[in-house]
Amino acid sequence: MTIDITPELFASVPDAHGRFGPFGGKFVAETLMSALSDLEALYARLKDDAAFQREFDADLAHYVGRPSPLYEASRLSDAIGGGRIYLKREDLNHTGAHKVNNTIGQALLAKHMGKRRVIAETGAGQHGVATATVAARLGLECHVFMGEEDIRRQSLNVYRMKLLGAEVVPVTSGSRTLKDAMNEALRDWVTNVDDTFYIIGTVAGPHPYPMLVRDFQSVIGREARVQSLAQAGKLPAGLVACVGGGSNAIGLFHPFLQDAEVAMYGVEAGGRGLETGAHAAPLSMGSPGVLHGNRTYLMQDDDGQILDTHSVSAGLDYPGVGPEHAWLKDIGRVNYVSANDDEALAAFHRLTRVEGIMPALETAHAMAYAERLAADMSPDEHIIVNLSGRGDKDILTVAAIEGIEV
Amino acid sequence: MSRLNATFARLRSEGRQGLVSYVVAGDPSPSGTVELLHQLVAAGADVLEVGVPFSDPMAEGAVIQKGHERALANGMSLQGVLDIVAAFRQADQHTPIIMMGYANPIERFGYEMFAAAGAEAGVDGLITVDLPPEEVDAIDAALKAVELDNIFLISPTTPASRIQTIVERARGFIYCVAVKGVTGSGQLDAVEVARNVALIRSKTALPVAVGFGIKDADSARAVAAVADAVVVGSALIDAMVRVAEQDSVASEHQLHAAAAALLKSIREGMDSSPS
Repeated sequence: MTIDITPELFASVPDAHGRFGPFGGKFVAETLMSALSDLEALYARLKDDAAFQREFDADLAHYVGRPSPLYEASRLSDAIGGGRIYLKREDLNHTGAHKVNNTIGQALLAKHMGKRRVIAETGAGQHGVATATVAARLGLECHVFMGEEDIRRQSLNVYRMKLLGAEVVPVTSGSRTLKDAMNEALRDWVTNVDDTFYIIGTVAGPHPYPMLVRDFQSVIGREARVQSLAQAGKLPAGLVACVGGGSNAIGLFHPFLQDAEVAMYGVEAGGRGLETGAHAAPLSMGSPGVLHGNRTYLMQDDDGQILDTHSVSAGLDYPGVGPEHAWLKDIGRVNYVSANDDEALAAFHRLTRVEGIMPALETAHAMAYAERLAADMSPDEHIIVNLSGRGDKDILTVAAIEGIEV
Repeated sequence: MSRLNATFARLRSEGRQGLVSYVVAGDPSPSGTVELLHQLVAAGADVLEVGVPFSDPMAEGAVIQKGHERALANGMSLQGVLDIVAAFRQADQHTPIIMMGYANPIERFGYEMFAAAGAEAGVDGLITVDLPPEEVDAIDAALKAVELDNIFLISPTTPASRIQTIVERARGFIYCVAVKGVTGSGQLDAVEVARNVALIRSKTALPVAVGFGIKDADSARAVAAVADAVVVGSALIDAMVRVAEQDSVASEHQLHAAAAALLKSIREGMDSSPS
């Protein structure tokens, strides 16, 4: 694709049809179309509404605890001996991950629409917990769809959601992971569209979700930009974030897209290795197609059937990716790379031991790549890694892999 | 005249309502689907809807989802569905066949390639559940070029202004979704269906078929009172699954016979006066 990268380009997407170049769109059953139009109209009205923004900002400040710190990981940087690594501490948010930025925003939309019930899909459980949390706070009925396989490997988050009053609905169809949870959430929404707001957890799904989730998550990058200038005296040479659906990555990247000198790296789950086929890296290895309401890169076979994915981290275990990432890949603005299960586990341990910060296994993929990247940089350069979530939820998974009984 | 137009013209002249049957190609088996389709015609189907299996059928209820899963486990592909249609056409040149599926397998196959292969095989129309009018331009052009009908869904949530947009693009017939929900779900509200069908009729002369939630002769009769055709899917698949569950050594022929028997009872229910 030959395309001039101008500052205006990034503000031009999505277009009126919800498209990012050839990606995005609204590929859903007719029953949902008017609900999407209603949401689009409401959001168009509220996104520049000062009162709505004040309400959102106040919740982020007083309920979530923003701004999250930008922390220089000195011991880790010294040990690597290259560029300096800064961590954007989304793990310190209320509920322990970046997901809550978006659920706060969408819950405000649900409230404005007068919906009494919210639903969500979840993989690792972080989005489910963040949704159950805002539902508890607003007194909304909450149903979280979660694959049976993920319920097994994320039992702590399942219990957290139940404590918060949500009903966790096990999904037994297909591969029993995040993609199937999203199918089931869409089925619920079709059935209960009158009184239900679907809080999608990532920058995927039909328009306007990829846009509004991006907008809610962009607070990460806006803060990081100001903090980088204040603390390091300049913009970072690079940004690194893990990419499943891609909400934490787009949140960090988006406010920097116009800064041509800032390189960006989205790290997909390499699973057992890209060459094995057992991974969750559609941008690295997949091809364009249509799933869950949008056109994007997918892991699919020659018949257009969606393939099963594998990742040690439930939150990256998804065969698609947000359409804006697909577009950013094609225009060459962001580099999409991968880290495999073993590299992520090693990075999980290293950050825990060297900095006393235990990252989520999803986030550990970004850390693994950041270490490689920093090693080839000079000490007067720095990179920012989105430390998108904390790793408490993953300790049973890590213990099981390492044969340790807790 | 297309097979669909001829069928609806004949039904109208006979003063009868059409019966549309849905099964998933490759379920219970790829080798048996042609025979199943012939049996459904013999039992009273006026139009055959053939499901194209997809790994992520997000508009389907549990019964049809499992049908998709079985068909994929049996190795069914889009090419396999086209082969089934071509084989069916060797013995039946008259019954219209609509393929119903999701965008990705067709997009992967290539819209133009699919349209050409579909026309060649004897397909008459296509319903792509996740291609609303906003996303349909490319496939519409490909289908029009070979005179295949693109069939659209209109649901209880479709506003009147949007119905107008949809009927302007629609060909063959309008598929009116009876309930808010997935296939096979819910209890349909005959009054609401009647209202929605009347609204659609006020904007188009195309025949209106009603589907989702029609399980038996009674619900079919209620819908047939206001529509041009009734679509039955989940109930047929469920009838086959029940036989298989009750008798693990039941032959495929027995499964097919169970679906045909249910369809026949629905046909008789539609043709009899209300009880």
